[in-house]
Amino acid sequence: MDQIIVQILNGLDKGSAYALIALGLTLIFGTLGVVNFAHGALFMLGSFCAVILSRLLSSSHEVADPDRLDFLGNPAMNKVFYVQDIFGEAAGAAIMDWAVPLAILFSIPVMIGVGFIMERGLIKHFYKRPHADQILVTFGLAIVLQEIIKYFFGANPIQTPAPEAFKGSLDFGVFLGYEANAIMYPYWRLVYFFFSAVIIAAVFAFLQFTTFGMVVRAGMADRETVGLLGIDIDKRFTFMFGLAAAVAGVAGVMYAPIVAPNYHMGMDFLVLSFVVVVVGGMGSLPGAVAAGFLLGILESFASMPVVVDILPGINQIIIYLVAIVILLTRPRGLMGRKGVMED
Amino acid sequence: MSKSNFTRRGVLKTGAVAGAGMALPQYLRAQESGFTNAPGASEVTFGFNVPQTGPYADEGADELRAYELAVEHINGGGDGGMLNTFSSKALDGTGILGRELKYVTGDTQTKSDAARASARSMIEKDGAIMITGGSSSGVAVAVQALCQEAGVIFMAGLTHSNDTTGKDRKANGFRHFFNSYMTGAALAPVLAAQYGTDRKAYHLTADYNWGYTTEEAIRASTEAVGWETVNSVKTPLTQTDFSSYIAPVLNSGADVLVLNHYGGNMVNSLTSAVQFGLREAQANGQNFEIVVPLFSRLMARGAGENIKGILGSTGWHWSLQDEGSQAFVRSFGTKYGFPPSQAAHTCYVQTLLYADAVTRAGSFAPCAVAEALEDFEFDGMGNGKTLYRGADHQCFKDVLVVKGKENPESEFDLLEIVEVTPVDQVMYEPDHPQMGGAEATLGECNNGA
Repeated sequence: MDQIIVQILNGLDKGSAYALIALGLTLIFGTLGVVNFAHGALFMLGSFCAVILSRLLSSSHEVADPDRLDFLGNPAMNKVFYVQDIFGEAAGAAIMDWAVPLAILFSIPVMIGVGFIMERGLIKHFYKRPHADQILVTFGLAIVLQEIIKYFFGANPIQTPAPEAFKGSLDFGVFLGYEANAIMYPYWRLVYFFFSAVIIAAVFAFLQFTTFGMVVRAGMADRETVGLLGIDIDKRFTFMFGLAAAVAGVAGVMYAPIVAPNYHMGMDFLVLSFVVVVVGGMGSLPGAVAAGFLLGILESFASMPVVVDILPGINQIIIYLVAIVILLTRPRGLMGRKGVMED
Repeated sequence: MSKSNFTRRGVLKTGAVAGAGMALPQYLRAQESGFTNAPGASEVTFGFNVPQTGPYADEGADELRAYELAVEHINGGGDGGMLNTFSSKALDGTGILGRELKYVTGDTQTKSDAARASARSMIEKDGAIMITGGSSSGVAVAVQALCQEAGVIFMAGLTHSNDTTGKDRKANGFRHFFNSYMTGAALAPVLAAQYGTDRKAYHLTADYNWGYTTEEAIRASTEAVGWETVNSVKTPLTQTDFSSYIAPVLNSGADVLVLNHYGGNMVNSLTSAVQFGLREAQANGQNFEIVVPLFSRLMARGAGENIKGILGSTGWHWSLQDEGSQAFVRSFGTKYGFPPSQAAHTCYVQTLLYADAVTRAGSFAPCAVAEALEDFEFDGMGNGKTLYRGADHQCFKDVLVVKGKENPESEFDLLEIVEVTPVDQVMYEPDHPQMGGAEATLGECNNGA
């Protein structure tokens, strides 16, 4: 039983990441009708926002240390951090320690800007083109973005730790009456789960309870009629692209301590997120979230040694297997709307 | 009105004759010498086949730096590096057999098919006499087989799987880097000494060739010192979040987790293990321990603080104090501003060893070079006295057991040497079961052409 609880917790955590990426993906599809294969790259860029801010906050000047030698026998250089020069040793260390949470604030304007440039500079020229063209151009864009990141940051993963206060694990099992160490769960993963829940709730609230959101939802349902009412729906949809980019970005920032950022991580998530969107139903926001958590939990269960022993390789195909079953029984996905991508 | 003397037929004829004439010297040289890509009188070309894109691009870049340094030293440039400490004095800094050393590069992309294509291109189009490099055992085995068919020598780069000089060994292929068996033989006694002999291990193994041979070697060597293996789980090579695989470990009855992972896999699985509190955990009344059989400094940097105190093995480390290592670190550090990795070391040494073998053999013919390398004993290249065993073309030298450093003094100072395991402790018979048994053979040397 304890292993089942552990895998449910793991699944919620993975599902959070899938849901956040798929939410943005389906938001763009629902508003602009674009199949954006560069969305995984936005998640990756968000992760690198954490890396960049972490490096900016850790920028330093060097002072020769006469007591130590470097590997060539020259006097070794000690790093003196600018942030500690400015704010003092303790405050400077705390700022560097909290680089990842601070990167959320840094990433939002950056990612909205990236999304805006992407949409206005490239993707808007493909609105009236077939989905295959959109997929090709956005996939190409994803490769360009990841190669740019690799050029500047290298191919190896870059460790971007969580603040010291969130290191270590919570002994979750003790709360449920299990003995110590039975169900351990890292603090930061719990933070990630709650953070995702807040972001998802905020996006839904924005669409549900604001006038802007209402117009956007109306535009998703009938773009032409909304346009005839004199509303510039394109401008609002461009904003939604920026919002989707920001959601992917903050999801990436918070994921950086869980999996060390590397240039390829967007691609690792992209295919899975598309499966999530398709299973949830193209253009359905609640569907994307529900499918994200469902597939995350199933993937975790499929990775349990006892399951892999019975069905070798199931951990690598479970998501696709479930997608096939769901699409055979519900061709529009779990919560798909009639008429979406059916013309 | 002017009339041209050129006719279409004439131009075609002239072009065909000229083309044949230009191609003929290479063909004739091959026929006269009896081997593929016999070099001209003034220069000879090596093919450096390294990952320039893909997940091991950083290691590939370091390999390329080392190759460029080796070329510089062989041609008489720089401070000479390990040529000053190498026990063989055949190379004198005037190139190889009077020819200036040139090189071409290829991108393996860490994919076997791409690596074979780039190696083939360097052999067929650029006339490379020797192919070297790579950061993956899958690539090494694939390119080694290609070189065997083409009749050129392959000097492997970073490849740690037993199979490269085990069941997939080839007469035209040579490996300087150590292997999974040696890791097990070096690591197990240190693990027993530090963590005791009453231990239960849980293996997470990357689901590909290198993972299998490493798990087999570590299991055999740790079980020989009294450890028990409680479980072994294969993880997909593309896995990034290992939480589903790490979470069951603490309740499995194990008190040691062995991560048979390399590169990004190692960074991510180790990060998950640390996040789940395995380093602070207790199991079976003992501290829970994590072991990473193959460490690399470049990968250790990716793992950050998570590697502190974790034991593993490595082929070479820049902090070694022998003359050869220090000469190489000085040359490399002066040229590039940072110390070399183990991948850089093995690639640099392989280039010098090949050039030296050609010089001693007095010929570029692959079979003559192979004969010069077989059972060649040398020193002054780091790792102490080394033997290039003729039976399987594997180098035998000291192996380093290392530990993630608790208080690093610089971004390069990540590993500390726990023990230099003497070569005798990591020797094995060429027909050892882990190396393909009695059926593994080198086959016939191929001069090509």
